[in-house]
Amino acid sequence: MTETLKHKVLPILTIVAAIGVIWYGFTVYLNAPWQIDQYEKSATEWSMNELVRDTMAHDRPVLPAPHQVVVEIWKTTVQKKITSKRSLIYHSWITLSSTLLGFVMGTFTGMMLAIFIVENRAMDKSLMPWIITSQTIPILAIAPMIIVVLNAVGLSGLLPKALISTYLSFFPIAVGMVKGLRSPDPMLIDLMRTYNTSRWHLFFALRLPSSVPYLFTSMKIAIAISLVGAIVGELPTGAVAGLGARLLSGSYYGQTIQIWSALLTAATLAALLVIAVNIAAQITQRMMGVPK
Amino acid sequence: MTKSSSSNTVIKAEKLNLDFDTNDGIVHALRDLDLEIEAGEFVSFIGPSGCGKTTFLRVIADLETPTAGSIAVNGQAPEQARLARAYGYVFQAPALLSWRTIARNISLPLEIMGLSRAEQQERVERTINLVGLDGFGKKFPWQLSGGMQQRASIARALAFDADLLLMDEPFGALDEIVRDHLNEQLLQLWKKTGKTICFVTHSIPEAVYLSTKIVVMSPRPGRITDVITSDLPDDRPLDIRETPKFLEIAQRVREGLREGHADE
Repeated sequence: MTETLKHKVLPILTIVAAIGVIWYGFTVYLNAPWQIDQYEKSATEWSMNELVRDTMAHDRPVLPAPHQVVVEIWKTTVQKKITSKRSLIYHSWITLSSTLLGFVMGTFTGMMLAIFIVENRAMDKSLMPWIITSQTIPILAIAPMIIVVLNAVGLSGLLPKALISTYLSFFPIAVGMVKGLRSPDPMLIDLMRTYNTSRWHLFFALRLPSSVPYLFTSMKIAIAISLVGAIVGELPTGAVAGLGARLLSGSYYGQTIQIWSALLTAATLAALLVIAVNIAAQITQRMMGVPK
Repeated sequence: MTKSSSSNTVIKAEKLNLDFDTNDGIVHALRDLDLEIEAGEFVSFIGPSGCGKTTFLRVIADLETPTAGSIAVNGQAPEQARLARAYGYVFQAPALLSWRTIARNISLPLEIMGLSRAEQQERVERTINLVGLDGFGKKFPWQLSGGMQQRASIARALAFDADLLLMDEPFGALDEIVRDHLNEQLLQLWKKTGKTICFVTHSIPEAVYLSTKIVVMSPRPGRITDVITSDLPDDRPLDIRETPKFLEIAQRVREGLREGHADE
């Protein structure tokens, strides 16, 4: 127990503390000019102590202090009803549902593409360039198009946003899975050949299990960018709910505290999602006999 | 083992040639190979790297296609023999699937061949016992030593009862003591099952100790320089390796290997 504390918790806390110190430093530094301006306008005497204190209490600071953000998060999560339009949990759930749907669709699409590519030479030649090209298009440019086009055919709400996550997340899955399906040692392929193995068995007994570690590595990347995709999908479309909408309305009204609390929530959400995938990976690997 | 009626011929190679087209030009992996192997023989292939011993084994297994000449396995083309699952192949490394237990690794070919669950279990138990791995069926490969892993891979090759066992330097990566032990066991296994075994090695004592017939090969181009029929008794304790007869055969193998090198 003390070992976990020493080797896992302590390093993380050290970094958090370091970030905190730097953040507070920048809070004072970035908010000071406006504050000094205020003092001069009202001809107030000010000391360094007062300056530090006042820079951390702005309503619309250039950079809010960490504790301001924490208080804002506290207010908009614990102290708000989940159903409230001002609850961060409500907005997180909107974004999370679209993230998860997009991630599941992206993982499925990526796996299917990988299987086609590995099992069919023509697919390998024809699909792979397009898959790579798809990722060179800036998502910010294509996201509104997807929303608009799907809206025109009567699709709105969760699915279009999820599709943007899918668009981003299928790529690492496809690439990782192709590598994974091709990872078996040539000796193992030869071995299967000596058994006169059908393609079906070769795939399910050898290729698929071999691809599992690659799949999970890809899934960790995919779930994080699914979240990015969901937020990006909320930005250009004037979405009324979701973390992206919070970011957007925050920036309209100069509510930097709101922006930062949405950002931190998104980051926490991403971390939790990656941890969840990690746990799933560990359980699966344990079942596949990987030593601890 | 001295039967010579042609119906008992398991492998028959005539003027067998195999060239690899590499970046450095054509490599003659096998040149004009003639060889006959009878049922129940234990044949060792010995020679330095590049002499084509592994390639020949792979030709028998239909993992390589010869460029010229003919080869028959059980009177069929190697492909037919492979499709009929006529042989079990043991590789240099154990080649076990890391995500399957030892028992499930051994049952892999049985699953692929569509045997019933009960039949699979019965055969797995039998072959696990045959290679002395009782009680290890539920372990994963990494929990076993290298020698035990290789025994599991032999069990896997035996599980589907092919009459021909092809072994490509199966003990090459193991230490001397484990190797001696496995050689002894392999010999007993061969006597018990009466299978035909083709065994690739580059250890002279191993070849002489195990074989009824030793095929000496040499590289560039890969060819057979000598075929030695061993007249060591069937019963071979490990210390047979100190007897004059054993040393005499070993000497002949050594000369055969040297001869192959002389014309370089």
